[in-house]
Amino acid sequence: MSRFLRMIFILMGKDLLIEWRTFARTNALIFFSIATLLMFSFALGANIVALRQHAAGYLWMAMLFASVLSLGESFRIEHENNSIDGLRLAPADPRALFVGKALGNTVLLVGLGLVLSPLSIALFDLKMVMSFWSLLAIIGIGAMAISAAGTFYAAVAANARARDVLLPVLLFPVLVPVLIAAVKATTLVFEGDAMDQMPSWLTMLGTLNLVYWSMGFVLFPRIMEDL
Amino acid sequence: MSVSAPAFELKDVSKRFGPRWALARLSFSLPAGVPLLLTGHNGSGKTTLLRLISTATFPTLGELKVLGLHCRDERESIRTRSALLSHASFLYEDLTAEQNLMILGRLIGLQNAREVTHALIERVGLKARTQHPVRQFSAGMRKRLAIARLLMKKPSLALLDEPFGELDPQGIIQMEGLIRELSAAGTTIVLATHLIAQGEALTRARLHLEQGRIADATTSPAPRQISEGAG
Repeated sequence: MSRFLRMIFILMGKDLLIEWRTFARTNALIFFSIATLLMFSFALGANIVALRQHAAGYLWMAMLFASVLSLGESFRIEHENNSIDGLRLAPADPRALFVGKALGNTVLLVGLGLVLSPLSIALFDLKMVMSFWSLLAIIGIGAMAISAAGTFYAAVAANARARDVLLPVLLFPVLVPVLIAAVKATTLVFEGDAMDQMPSWLTMLGTLNLVYWSMGFVLFPRIMEDL
Repeated sequence: MSVSAPAFELKDVSKRFGPRWALARLSFSLPAGVPLLLTGHNGSGKTTLLRLISTATFPTLGELKVLGLHCRDERESIRTRSALLSHASFLYEDLTAEQNLMILGRLIGLQNAREVTHALIERVGLKARTQHPVRQFSAGMRKRLAIARLLMKKPSLALLDEPFGELDPQGIIQMEGLIRELSAAGTTIVLATHLIAQGEALTRARLHLEQGRIADATTSPAPRQISEGAG
């Protein structure tokens, strides 16, 4: 295995190990996103048709809001004892750090998606027309896009005084296309794809992934280094 | 890079944070292998200078070479061969002492990271706390683990920022021993401390900073007489 790939796995493993030892982020993510889903359903009341119609939107909004908590936390641990400098001076390749961190965040978000999907199905009385694997694939691709852009902007915001406010302000506008594509594709899983639109939405999600991962890969070293 | 390249070489180096100049026009060269004592009042620029030499940050103006390498263009090589003991421990609070060292060991590509980790933890007197999370450590124990982290890299240049801070008397004696061992093994030591007597016993050159400028620079040609547990 190349040194770069090994570094990615070590850095991703480090983030997941910290999470495994504390479950701090996992617990916060799950309870926050469940609360978000419930708030949406309470806000709409007993209108089951409207709830079903917009269920995919609620699912992704809950994922998106929760991701901000997760992404912010993933850089808070790096600044607690200035560990980020420890990694830089080790030296760890900043691009490996970006990929490792973004993959670690992806794993957490996919896990969250696996918890929220059955809950949404039960809560909004949804029927799955397409297979569960289709839903899982959409969650995976969507989570990758959120994590790539989110890791990049979390690093940008990490040194700012108002970082908790800055991260969603920077991130949400960039993720609007991801949200649209992921919601549309997820809706097709629940309502069927009579017009064969799924490939278009998946292509859009794939393209957005390519853009965000490339952007992070190229620009992350500039953020990490005080050149 | 030549074999006899200075440990670091400053040419008119300045560093600015916002409107404030933390370091102003420093010029100094430290021969490789000569341990340096870095002194100065709080805010005189000691930490900033150590961070510059470690490539944690970069000069605003001037030229800095470390181990004969350009601080920006060849920073990865510098980082591989140097290590910084900082005020911040660089440790992950929720990981154990072993896990913290193992991550670094694997990052720098040690084949026997586990064996080295255990040997270093024992060397800094934390064997009984190997599996304890850093969050449960006292400030002195964190400092010991941070020095183990530094030793793991086997650096050619060790930058020690207040290494005696937070240590108990036994810890200070142990730290002095470790610094002597490093120095004897050929590592160039740059030691920033307010404990002048201890620092002088461990070094041969001195750089004194005042308000970001060099106030005094001396190099003694022969090693000082080092007394065990000086200070």
